[in-house]
Amino acid sequence: MKILTGNDLASGDVTWWTGDSWSRHVEEAIDVADQGEAIAQAEEGARRVNAPYVIDATQTPEGPRPAHIKDRIRALGPTVRPDLTLKPADPAAGSWVI
Amino acid sequence: MYKYDEYDHSIVASRVEEFRDQVQRRLAGQITEDQFKPLRLMNGLYLQLHAYMLRVAVPYGTLDSRQMRMLAHIARKYDRDYGHFTTRQNIQYNWIKLEDAPDILADLASVEMHAIQTSGNCIRNISSDQYAGAAADELTDPRPWAELLRQWSTFHPEFSYLPRKFKIAVIAADEDRAAMRLHDIGIQIVEQDGVLGAKVFVGGGMGRTPMIAPEIKGFVPIEDLLSYLEACLRVYNRYGRRDNIYKARIKILVHEIGADSYRAQVEDEFVEVKKLGIDPPKAEFDRIAAHFADPAFETGLSDEIDRSDPDFAVWLDQNTVAHKQPGYAIVNISLKPAGGIPGDASSAQIDLMADIAEQYGFDELRVTHAQNIVLPHVKKADLYTIWQQLTEAGLAEANLDLISDIIACPGLDYCSLANARSIPVAQKIATRFADLGRQRELGELKLKISGCINACGHHHAGHIGILGVDRKGTENYQLLLGGSGAEDTSLGQITGPGFSEDGIVDAIEKATDVYLAQRGEGERFLDTYRRIGMAPFKEAIYG
Repeated sequence: MKILTGNDLASGDVTWWTGDSWSRHVEEAIDVADQGEAIAQAEEGARRVNAPYVIDATQTPEGPRPAHIKDRIRALGPTVRPDLTLKPADPAAGSWVI
Repeated sequence: MYKYDEYDHSIVASRVEEFRDQVQRRLAGQITEDQFKPLRLMNGLYLQLHAYMLRVAVPYGTLDSRQMRMLAHIARKYDRDYGHFTTRQNIQYNWIKLEDAPDILADLASVEMHAIQTSGNCIRNISSDQYAGAAADELTDPRPWAELLRQWSTFHPEFSYLPRKFKIAVIAADEDRAAMRLHDIGIQIVEQDGVLGAKVFVGGGMGRTPMIAPEIKGFVPIEDLLSYLEACLRVYNRYGRRDNIYKARIKILVHEIGADSYRAQVEDEFVEVKKLGIDPPKAEFDRIAAHFADPAFETGLSDEIDRSDPDFAVWLDQNTVAHKQPGYAIVNISLKPAGGIPGDASSAQIDLMADIAEQYGFDELRVTHAQNIVLPHVKKADLYTIWQQLTEAGLAEANLDLISDIIACPGLDYCSLANARSIPVAQKIATRFADLGRQRELGELKLKISGCINACGHHHAGHIGILGVDRKGTENYQLLLGGSGAEDTSLGQITGPGFSEDGIVDAIEKATDVYLAQRGEGERFLDTYRRIGMAPFKEAIYG
């Protein structure tokens, strides 16, 4: 599957395209198929996202899992600071990245 | 410490307001990201893996306690309560909001700091010896010249759009503590027949094509230094490879045309530049130098130290260095606690270091390129008290220049350029070698890790270097041996095929075993490697 990601313009937070808005949780990302570039262009023009790009991902029961480790780290947060990730209470969250 | 004059205040304040306007226009949609990106980069604001990252300049690594406390304030108010001290003597914050950036720059300006020259193809923040003004072995304090270069290079209209970024280091001792010859220009202040001058090296650097800068001029009279550097930059600006980012650094130019040809062109250019009269009058240089006068050292102090606390004695031996003034010492505060993140410090730790500097250290601190903090002027009589306070704050790791004093770039945990994580590897190595007795048995061993070929972690210059690469989507780590960023500058050589994250730790342990088995009297790891060569290490690692 293809999913669309970028950063929030004002906060810089990593965001994922959910079909009608942007979420900070990759689990909510949808398959954009071949529409990624068009959505990115429209959303960037409306300043709802900054520097968007399309990535490969795999659908899992927990939601999309980015194919590349770099995007998995973007999705979760730094593996060396679990307290700063999106799942600070889950000590095993880092294993999702690796 | 240099204090801003009216010009410094004016240009920094103007820049803050200019950037505030640029940010407002970006947020309002009046300019695109393509238009805004070069503007934010000129103010040290990157878009990294998780958020905006702000890199703040610490000119030649020198800070006072007021500035240090401001760094803590920014970490607390605008970031996530910590900062990361970098391999270029700067600090970066990883979780900055764009809308906060102008206020942060205004806060920095209030303590005579900024984020200019921390990005872009300009002359970057000038780096120097972290022991400047304190070291027993230096000819003179190199910082007045570093400050002169800062003033010369800031917003220099001719050098704001160079072919590529440009890094300059200035030292004034034979022991090179600033990796001087691995800079685009390395300057050593020297004396010849009682006259002060500069030895100038041009064309060094790390990155994907590491090179050691050749000596271009053995002695430039000090009153000609700016003109000579201007000539060096002009030749580069004219012929640097703007057509190819991978060949755009000055090291490629010097290498391709040869040091002799480059030198000849610089000499020709120098004749023209000297006529422009850009070298400052002596009175102006003296004005700058006066800011770096020695603090009011007490005289007649004892050099005796009570070593009865064994833990203190170990820290004393490992982390303090001889000072030029009797009764004083240079203190190194390690930001490399076992299993910690190299270079990271919490706002509370930053505040504490500021407090100690203010109370015991003539209000001065330094950031080192090895990602530690230095208190350059401390009375030996105060060392035990300082050590106790540092211990309580987790800042008294006695590992300076030992295997766990690892330089590591942020790597793939934070950096959008990285191919592999650096910090977890540093943590695993530090944990494997956690026993301090074992570390001290290994002696001086500089281990440096980069998460990509850009080499922010200085892996080429490590006695042991590690380069993280992406091998078909999996992190892989190459091992290098034999590098040095000191006065015996050398570039590490790759041992062979790379390793997994755990495999690289095992490989390093095998390399250290070879060293322990084969070292000669008084040899460091690097010395043994240079004597016996790569083969025994390869045999142990891959055999």
